[in-house]
Amino acid sequence: MAEKTIDRSQEYVRIESVTKRFGDFVAVDNVSLNIYKGEIFCLLGGSGCGKTTLLRMLAGFEAPTSGRILIDGQDMASTPPYERPVNMMFQSYALFPHMSVERNVAFGLEQEGLTKAEVSNRVADMLDIVKLGEFARRKPHQLSGGQRQRVALARALVKRPKILLLDEPLGALDKKLREHTQFELINLQERLGVTFVVVTHDQEEAMTLATRIGVMNKGQIVQVGTPTDIYEFPNSRFVADFIGSVNIFEGQLIEDEPGHVRIRCPELDTTVFVSHGISSAPDAKVSVAIRPEKIEMTRGAPEGAENLTRGIVKEIAYMGDMSVYLVKLDSGRMVRVTIPNVERHADERIVWDEAVHLSWHASSPVVLSQ
Amino acid sequence: MKSRSGFRNGALVLGLAFLYMPILSMVVFSFNNSRLVTVWDSANSPTLTWYRKLFANEQILDAAFLSLQIAAMTATGAVILGTLAGLALVRFGAFRGRAMLSTMTTAPLVMPEVITGLSLLLLFVALEQLTGWPEGRGIMTITIAHITLAMAYVTVVVRSRLVGFDDSLEEAALDLGAKPLTVFFRITLPLITPALVSGWLLAFTLSWDDVVISQFVSGPNSTTLPMVIFSKARLGVSPDINALATILVLIVATGVVLSTLYMKHEEKRRLREEQMARSGN
Repeated sequence: MAEKTIDRSQEYVRIESVTKRFGDFVAVDNVSLNIYKGEIFCLLGGSGCGKTTLLRMLAGFEAPTSGRILIDGQDMASTPPYERPVNMMFQSYALFPHMSVERNVAFGLEQEGLTKAEVSNRVADMLDIVKLGEFARRKPHQLSGGQRQRVALARALVKRPKILLLDEPLGALDKKLREHTQFELINLQERLGVTFVVVTHDQEEAMTLATRIGVMNKGQIVQVGTPTDIYEFPNSRFVADFIGSVNIFEGQLIEDEPGHVRIRCPELDTTVFVSHGISSAPDAKVSVAIRPEKIEMTRGAPEGAENLTRGIVKEIAYMGDMSVYLVKLDSGRMVRVTIPNVERHADERIVWDEAVHLSWHASSPVVLSQ
Repeated sequence: MKSRSGFRNGALVLGLAFLYMPILSMVVFSFNNSRLVTVWDSANSPTLTWYRKLFANEQILDAAFLSLQIAAMTATGAVILGTLAGLALVRFGAFRGRAMLSTMTTAPLVMPEVITGLSLLLLFVALEQLTGWPEGRGIMTITIAHITLAMAYVTVVVRSRLVGFDDSLEEAALDLGAKPLTVFFRITLPLITPALVSGWLLAFTLSWDDVVISQFVSGPNSTTLPMVIFSKARLGVSPDINALATILVLIVATGVVLSTLYMKHEEKRRLREEQMARSGN
């Protein structure tokens, strides 16, 4: 998505060294995080990484063991869930099965002591926004998965929360519907200007939705950045490996200049020249990460001596829009390469057991010291 | 194939006969004119004599009314207490004495009724001596005793419903700004109502046909219907008991048939609606 202008001067949610323990288990480990107004912030991580616990602490269902959470400048420590200016869309949607769509959406407003007329106006408006007007009188079990998801969204948004928390918002939808709904969510967010905090384990979902992503592992935030930052400049092996697929090679720094570095990679049978500096001690053991789509595969040898190696194609997986090649290097190491299928006819394509040259641009490799 | 289905049908007929022959014979004999229960007076039968006699029998009618009152009070009391116990066991996590409460509430399920009845009788007598309450034994003591028994069943029913309850529904209501008490009355209670209804009916039935416990804790002028039937049967079965039993069977059967039809209808409607929702998207 296009980069939006977000006012970074205004912290909307401030999480200050928050830790949550369940007995001996540390679910959230000293997390500090700022979320700005108007953002879609995604907490991304595998199961058990603490992302849902963090979300539940924002909602008020769990209390931090230590640390503070501030929303719009206010400490939330003693505010129960029913008084917080946040609303949550649950993974299971948690629609009240004994109430119609209309009653479900009205429930939150009824708690605010608004007049009947105002409640029904706002409910009708919200149902129009999520295109459910004609289903107002249906019960949740009379709706499809996508419709239920929109009811859950409407029910949370109708309260005009400062922050909307979304727990795996698209997890229960099938793939086609998911893509469609992603864009609907973004449109809705832009239209209503509510700050979204999304929890997901699906990196693709995080990439499409988020203005910024916080990658979590074992209760800690390991990297925060825009989707591009996270993908192109991962700061650790974990992030590089978790987001997308990547080839990681062990190596040794042999030249460390401010403008470039050289790394000897026995596995690759070549030295890797990287056209940007890194901050690391010389001779340090490092890892070099290269994304599969950034490797070029040719029959003939390209010019140059660096960033270049040879191998034999062992596996090809045709995915339609692109093909994944597994190439075995002379060192025995397998390298993953993806090539977009630009032309329709397959005559020119590289096939099994062909000897190929692999090369990459000097700006492509990411050097990871962890 | 043929012989197998023959065997199956035979088994079915025998099974049904085993279950329903006694009831059927009772129904048939309720229309018998003879005063001797086992002799069919084919000259004057079938007849409604015993039904007429039954409705003129004050003792039986009073007992039936008393049983109805006790059963209704028992069911209501047991549902309230059983729901509270179920909630405490499922919702309040590990509090001190939880395991004991869990065992104690369900103990009456396995306790021989004779023991329950006897211990309650002793308790009531001792209480009366100490505090003057309850004064003698009667409808109050029977109801309390029945609640003790029935509550255990209600607790089990409510508890299993609460265990399968999606906690996020309550969290969602809290999140939408409802205070805990509102959440209970607007979300939790409506959703566990089916369990409360079946618990109520179960408690009602338990109380309605209890003889053993009632025997211990009843006093003069508080003879329940099952006690009347029991004592009459011991003096020799009189045909008006057959008539009474037939009426009871009729009521129960009607209830079962109606509820089955209703559930079938609901199930069909739900399936149809779900299909509609899926195809409609």
